[in-house]
Amino acid sequence: MTPVLELRGIDKSFGPVQVLHDVALSVHAGEVTALVGDNGAGKSTLVKCVGGIHPIDSGEYLFEGKPVQVHSPREAAALGIEIVYQDLALCDNLDIVQNMFLGREHKRGIVLDEDTMEEMAAKTLEGLSVRTVKSIRQHVSSLSGGQRQTVAIAKAVLWNSKVVILDEPTAALGVAQTAQVLELVRRLADQGLAVVLISHNMNDVFAVSDRIAALYLGRMAAQVKTSDVTHAQVVELITSGRSGDLGLTNGVPA
Amino acid sequence: MTTTIESKPESPSIASNVRGYAERVRGGDMGALPAVLGLIVLCTVFSILRPSFLTSGNFANLFTQGAAITVIAMGLVFVLLLGEIDLSAGFASGVCAAVLAILLTDQGQPWYVAVAAAILTGVAIGTALGTLVAKLGIPSFVVTLAGFLGFQGLVLLLVKGGTNISIRDETILAIANKNLPPVWGWALLIAGVVGYAAVQLLRARKRTARGLAADPISLIALRVGALAVLGGLAVYFLNLERSRNAAVVSLKGVPIVVPIIVVLLLVLTFVLRRTGYGRHLYAVGGNAEAARRAGINVDRMKITAFVLCSVLASVGGIIAASRGASVDPNTGGSNVLLYAVGAAVIGGTSLFGGKGRVLDAVLGGAVVAVIENGMGLMGYSSGVKYIVTGSVLLLAASVDALSRRRAAATGLG
Repeated sequence: MTPVLELRGIDKSFGPVQVLHDVALSVHAGEVTALVGDNGAGKSTLVKCVGGIHPIDSGEYLFEGKPVQVHSPREAAALGIEIVYQDLALCDNLDIVQNMFLGREHKRGIVLDEDTMEEMAAKTLEGLSVRTVKSIRQHVSSLSGGQRQTVAIAKAVLWNSKVVILDEPTAALGVAQTAQVLELVRRLADQGLAVVLISHNMNDVFAVSDRIAALYLGRMAAQVKTSDVTHAQVVELITSGRSGDLGLTNGVPA
Repeated sequence: MTTTIESKPESPSIASNVRGYAERVRGGDMGALPAVLGLIVLCTVFSILRPSFLTSGNFANLFTQGAAITVIAMGLVFVLLLGEIDLSAGFASGVCAAVLAILLTDQGQPWYVAVAAAILTGVAIGTALGTLVAKLGIPSFVVTLAGFLGFQGLVLLLVKGGTNISIRDETILAIANKNLPPVWGWALLIAGVVGYAAVQLLRARKRTARGLAADPISLIALRVGALAVLGGLAVYFLNLERSRNAAVVSLKGVPIVVPIIVVLLLVLTFVLRRTGYGRHLYAVGGNAEAARRAGINVDRMKITAFVLCSVLASVGGIIAASRGASVDPNTGGSNVLLYAVGAAVIGGTSLFGGKGRVLDAVLGGAVVAVIENGMGLMGYSSGVKYIVTGSVLLLAASVDALSRRRAAATGLG
């Protein structure tokens, strides 16, 4: 099966500093791909390259098997790639529906079509089996951290997106809320979306992911099936770039 | 609009609406409550202390007194929503009024040319201020403080150093000095109430038809009834004869500024609540970064907000010129700006951005006008009036800041 999103040989430098070296990554529909790596390994840069915020220096960017050029977040969104950043980018003074449609409001003439937006938002939340919010007309400021994360994710999947990238969605959450969000992440993949989960938390990674991609100092150390590796192996990949037969030899792919 | 709607379409009753409102107030979202309570207290106190406060003549006076400030405050709401401020709005209105007066009196142009020129002056001022704030990134406080000084000088130059230009054009004078025929007052009120009821009922029916939670009929009836009663009382009082010598000249009817303010209120409220532009204004005020990532052109929102603010300031200037029948270097000066900012904040618009309505400007403008008028009747000097208005502004800003803290604590917004 062709991966929905495939990167090959991605290089990216900021001035004299090369952040990504020859990175390859494939993301499959219906799967959760965990992107792991220590601080500064290049996870965020890679995601921003995918999202069109940073242009790539060289390498191939394939979407559904076809090479594409992504120069702006809008172009990424047009392909069906949505990124939920850590700070969520929600407006506290707007309600859930208003946030979900921000910048892409449905209108009839110049008038906002509130009813249609409310229906679509309700349907999307229902499709994600979200039952924790009391009213979709409540202000986002009144939501808990997990609920906000849910709204941000629902906003990303509202647009028939194919790839959803989540940047540390559980970093600021408590135990129960983390479980809720992970359940939601799993459900997205089960509905056929390709999900990329950036996380530092090995428990989360092993709880939901199908594949693990480990970055080490800007290089892809290994991309493996979650069922084929152990906790300790992944930690080793993150901290030293190799683990037994897996990973980099002398800092470069074998 | 802000009534609580359950995600499953179980229709909210009046009781649940009241509960939702009480919850929001406790959570720190006071909305218009302080302004309305303040208005009731002030009116009661002044009516008891000075019976002349309650005459229909004085009632009509209140509207013309507060009109210019209210309109300028409406414009400020747009800028405040973004978390910015426009300190130059007062003198911007003065500059526009001076342009109007020069064209009318010195150049002998017809009124519509003069009004168009005054409004275009507002557009130019707003574009300049907004561009400096958005593109150069100068804090709006500084840009408009410079504007405050600069426009003050410009008014002085325009009216040639301190003389005043009197206005004799009948149409312009009518705005703040003439009244609608009594029948017209009633006709407009009825049209307004029927229109309001129709809009509310149609929306409720459409939402019910689509299986969405709608306001119950009883709540709509309550709102329409309240509007009819309050509007009816106002029109009734304004239609009473208020001339001291009715045989010589009759003075009755709704002042012409009132429908002007009502139309501005309706149009601007529509823009804020029902169009994408209004939604984006709130978004930029709530979280500019989120708005930017959602593809909203934040710079353009800032510039247009300043343009709207200055255009409304020019309308305020025209009303002030009409009321004074002249323009002098002090038009739009002294306390006009602070009263206008005060009106917006007293009405419930937040100085921190993201929260506010055009109605706030009207309610706050009424509070300011009542203080000014009532204190005047009590015979207090300007000094005392300034101190009291300043204190009320400070009180309103404290309510704003405290309710923000409270909202942050309870997670309501």
